[in-house]
Amino acid sequence: MTAEPTRREVLKGAAAAGAGALTLPGCTSQSFPGTLGGADWQRGHRVRDRAFPAPQGQAEDTAIVIAGGGAAGLSAAWRLKEAGFEDFVLLELEDTVGGNARSGRNAVSAYPLGAHYLPVPNREARALRHMLKGFGMIIGEEQGAPVYDPYQLCADLEERVLWRGSWQEGLYPASGLHADDVAQRDRFFREMAEYRAAVGADGKPAFAIPRAGSSTDPRFIMLDGMTFAHWLDGRGFTSPVLRAHLRYCCRDDYGTEPEHISAWAGVHYFAGRRGWAARGDGDRELTWPEGNGRLVGLMGKIVAPHVRARHSVFAAAREGDEGALVSAFDHAAGASRKWRARSVIMAMPHFVAARVAPAETVKGALRYAPWVVANVTVNRLPRGRGSSLAWDNVSTGSDSLGYVVATHQSASAGEGPTVLTWYMALSREDPAAARKLMATRLLAEWQRIVADDLLTMNPDLAGAIERIDVWRWGHAMVRPVPGFLSDPARLAAIAAKPPMLFAHSDLSGLSLFEEAHYRGVAAAESALAHLGHRYESLL
Amino acid sequence: MAETDGVQDGPAGPGEEGAPASLAVILLVSVLVVATCGLVYELLAGTLASYLLGDSVTQFSTVIGTYLFAMGVGSYLSRHVRANEIGVFVRVEILIAALGGWSAAGLFLLFPLVEDFRIALYGLVVAIGVLVGLEIPLLIRILRYRFAFRDLVSNVLTYDYIGALIASLLFPLVLVPRLGMIRTGFAFGLANVAVAIALLLVLRGRQKVGADLAAALIVLLSLVAGLAGADQIQRWSEVAFYGEPVIYARSTAYQRIVITRRGEDLRLYLNGNLQFSTRDEYRYHEALVWPVLGRVTNPREVLILGGGDGLAAREVLKDPRVAHVTLVDLDPEMTHLFRDEPTLARLNGGSLGSRRMTVVNGDAFRWVRQARGRYDAILIDFPDPTEFSLGKLYTESFYREVARLLDPAGVLTVQSTSPLVAPRSYWTVASTLEAAGLKARGYHAYVPSFGEWGFTMAAHQPPGDAVRLPAGLRFLSQASERAMFDFPPDMARRPAPVNRLDNQALVRSFAEEWGRYDG
Repeated sequence: MTAEPTRREVLKGAAAAGAGALTLPGCTSQSFPGTLGGADWQRGHRVRDRAFPAPQGQAEDTAIVIAGGGAAGLSAAWRLKEAGFEDFVLLELEDTVGGNARSGRNAVSAYPLGAHYLPVPNREARALRHMLKGFGMIIGEEQGAPVYDPYQLCADLEERVLWRGSWQEGLYPASGLHADDVAQRDRFFREMAEYRAAVGADGKPAFAIPRAGSSTDPRFIMLDGMTFAHWLDGRGFTSPVLRAHLRYCCRDDYGTEPEHISAWAGVHYFAGRRGWAARGDGDRELTWPEGNGRLVGLMGKIVAPHVRARHSVFAAAREGDEGALVSAFDHAAGASRKWRARSVIMAMPHFVAARVAPAETVKGALRYAPWVVANVTVNRLPRGRGSSLAWDNVSTGSDSLGYVVATHQSASAGEGPTVLTWYMALSREDPAAARKLMATRLLAEWQRIVADDLLTMNPDLAGAIERIDVWRWGHAMVRPVPGFLSDPARLAAIAAKPPMLFAHSDLSGLSLFEEAHYRGVAAAESALAHLGHRYESLL
Repeated sequence: MAETDGVQDGPAGPGEEGAPASLAVILLVSVLVVATCGLVYELLAGTLASYLLGDSVTQFSTVIGTYLFAMGVGSYLSRHVRANEIGVFVRVEILIAALGGWSAAGLFLLFPLVEDFRIALYGLVVAIGVLVGLEIPLLIRILRYRFAFRDLVSNVLTYDYIGALIASLLFPLVLVPRLGMIRTGFAFGLANVAVAIALLLVLRGRQKVGADLAAALIVLLSLVAGLAGADQIQRWSEVAFYGEPVIYARSTAYQRIVITRRGEDLRLYLNGNLQFSTRDEYRYHEALVWPVLGRVTNPREVLILGGGDGLAAREVLKDPRVAHVTLVDLDPEMTHLFRDEPTLARLNGGSLGSRRMTVVNGDAFRWVRQARGRYDAILIDFPDPTEFSLGKLYTESFYREVARLLDPAGVLTVQSTSPLVAPRSYWTVASTLEAAGLKARGYHAYVPSFGEWGFTMAAHQPPGDAVRLPAGLRFLSQASERAMFDFPPDMARRPAPVNRLDNQALVRSFAEEWGRYDG
């Protein structure tokens, strides 16, 4: 007998877990060692409040200043190096570069603090593929298609989902589905496959990654006029199992509920990926114990001599048509400094760029989703009924987004200690309220939430948790809400011309490594053109 | 009322006057039931002891002796019950139901956990014996007003012995083969608690039975739960799972090591999977080692991946040309056990302690990636690819690293599951070695404990037919060695995918083929 899972039933568990995230559950009384970290809010807020002394002395001359050392800024710097261009500095607010792709390490393993994988890039992601080749992640070619290093592709089993008390392979529940659930699921994925293959009147793919390559055909752009949930309702996609899965996907990629993201972004999640690789590896992911920390680590090593960490850029302004002045506070020296550059690449989220260079930005509606990431060190591997441990482990009954296993790639051995990276998008509440909550909640409370969620998924981990390190991202991801494609702030920043350029994934509206990389490379090439430096475009 | 029966041989029991007639019937039935249950627990303890500890004559003898003596103690103690015999009897029944019902499951679960199993075993035997010894004297006293003494003794003992007969016939013919020991325990515990509950229901009008009834119901529930979850318990208590007496059981950080012995036959199980039986392991290990060593002109450096039991190393060290063996096994407890435990070290001829041996305890998947040596022969003897973590050790990526470590003139072999049961999985190993740039060649041997078993030889150049075998092998001769390379049609080579880290094709086909075979 298969009972139809109702939407209420599917959401009940999730709601309980969600409530748990906001109220304080009391099941786990044990406390754990650990740290509470996050982007340096004090430094960030000083930028907001412009609480810095005026720069003294001579301005340093440099051709290009890259303001921000996240994935976009590092990509811009990598692009300059790739073109043999050396006359630039990269200013980073934090102690280390890497942005959301930063990673941590303890005695057991390296682990991600945020972004943790890169899907095999699309054919159109040329610059990114060029970089991956340089990093030895693409090791050759077969029938014209790139061959990826098997050690860096996610090893099987990739995913498992906890559904009705037992683990199943994949992310979509496979058993106990009502006939209508199955029919809707099949129809949904059929429609998404059509979108994936669709080409607009302008000859461009309907949904591309990088996003900039997408068609502007109104047929597709109109999807940006409504929410994903609204679109799903209209198309008759009401199956509770399907909707719960789609909710997971929206929160996983955008940190935002289907009720809030645009239908364009929702469809993009399923229709944008056409990974290009030999050996049928197109639908796989590249991942490492430290997540995308591997990518930013390799970029950071290449551009290291140009990096000035602990520098808060607090003002950037055009100086005539040919150059710009950048002011930054050097936290190590406790003094402000000034750079005169012929071009500035503002590789920071737009809401920060708008504070630093108000004259260069246009007001828009870009908003950001907060996330919490916890790294849980356990002395044995999780198990559970059903499918064996996967790299990514997700529960249909939890409001968290599950956990990935740091040692999945590097070891074969069965039991050892490992680090589980647990993700939670605070998408249920208003982002501002969630950020307030993040700022005030104590480490022990977070640890209790993480431990309760993890132990609900894997009761077998009772007694196995050794420490829980919690990392808070106040502005983890841009939220692709309806209208984001025509957001004036976004459009103005994309259209900016040297000397003031902008580079960040939020300009694509999609918080993806590919987008950050594209924006960084595009800005770097624009700056090189402005400076008259010869290069062959990678775009 | 009782007086009218004319029973004159004891003081009037104040509690029994108002007893309904049904009570006598229930009590007589309960004699039958408790007699059957009592003997079943005794048989369970005896069987379990000989099963777990071996030497069944001693075990049965001591268990029965202890049990009978404890019954005597119980009978003696019955004199201290001065009032409310029936209430005490009910409590005794509830206790027996709990202890006897859980005895088999408990002993199985306890076996690997306790330091001295005998203390637990005989403690339980004594406890159950004492309680069972209380039963009959109490029953006789309760029933003494219902029957003439002559009839009473006759009735009680008749039912007692009939119960014994029933138990002794049911136990070997039906209970153990059909129900298994764990379920048998629970089933008879249920009979005991049923007696208690029936009595309590009859007594309900006359005395307070609330607490006893609650206790009886709790025991009833626990027994029903145990009965329902018997399979799970069986799995937890893997001791019950093995067909032979377990002589060693230990959970390490990586696996469960269990060694069993029946007569001369010693067996090693890892996570419940048979690794070898001393009856026929020579067939397996000669087939693993000599076709490789016999094809290498001068095997000085040998690498063994897996094989922490040291049996493959024993064969390798027989070859005087071998100067040095490196053995990489994940589990230090495994290699220490087979190096230091005299019985086990005798099996592998002390190979793990040899001066020509270096043991590395580590994850082979990681080890091969950073290893820099050159080996003339490589023997890969991992457990079957039953899960993804083991499947990684059979991938193209892994074999590429291994190929890098193999001398241009060297030869390697891989234990590669049964070509008869799982032909697709078997030939996947050959496909994968070939994808890693090696020339592969399959061969197989009959190992009674495993059945038809497969190996895959590989080298940079196609491995030839010429082989030099040492004298004194028990299984391999020139003729039998050559025969191993012949594959009848039911095992013949067939198309098989390449096993890669990102598809784990082998783990999937292995599960499917063995799943079909195991039904």
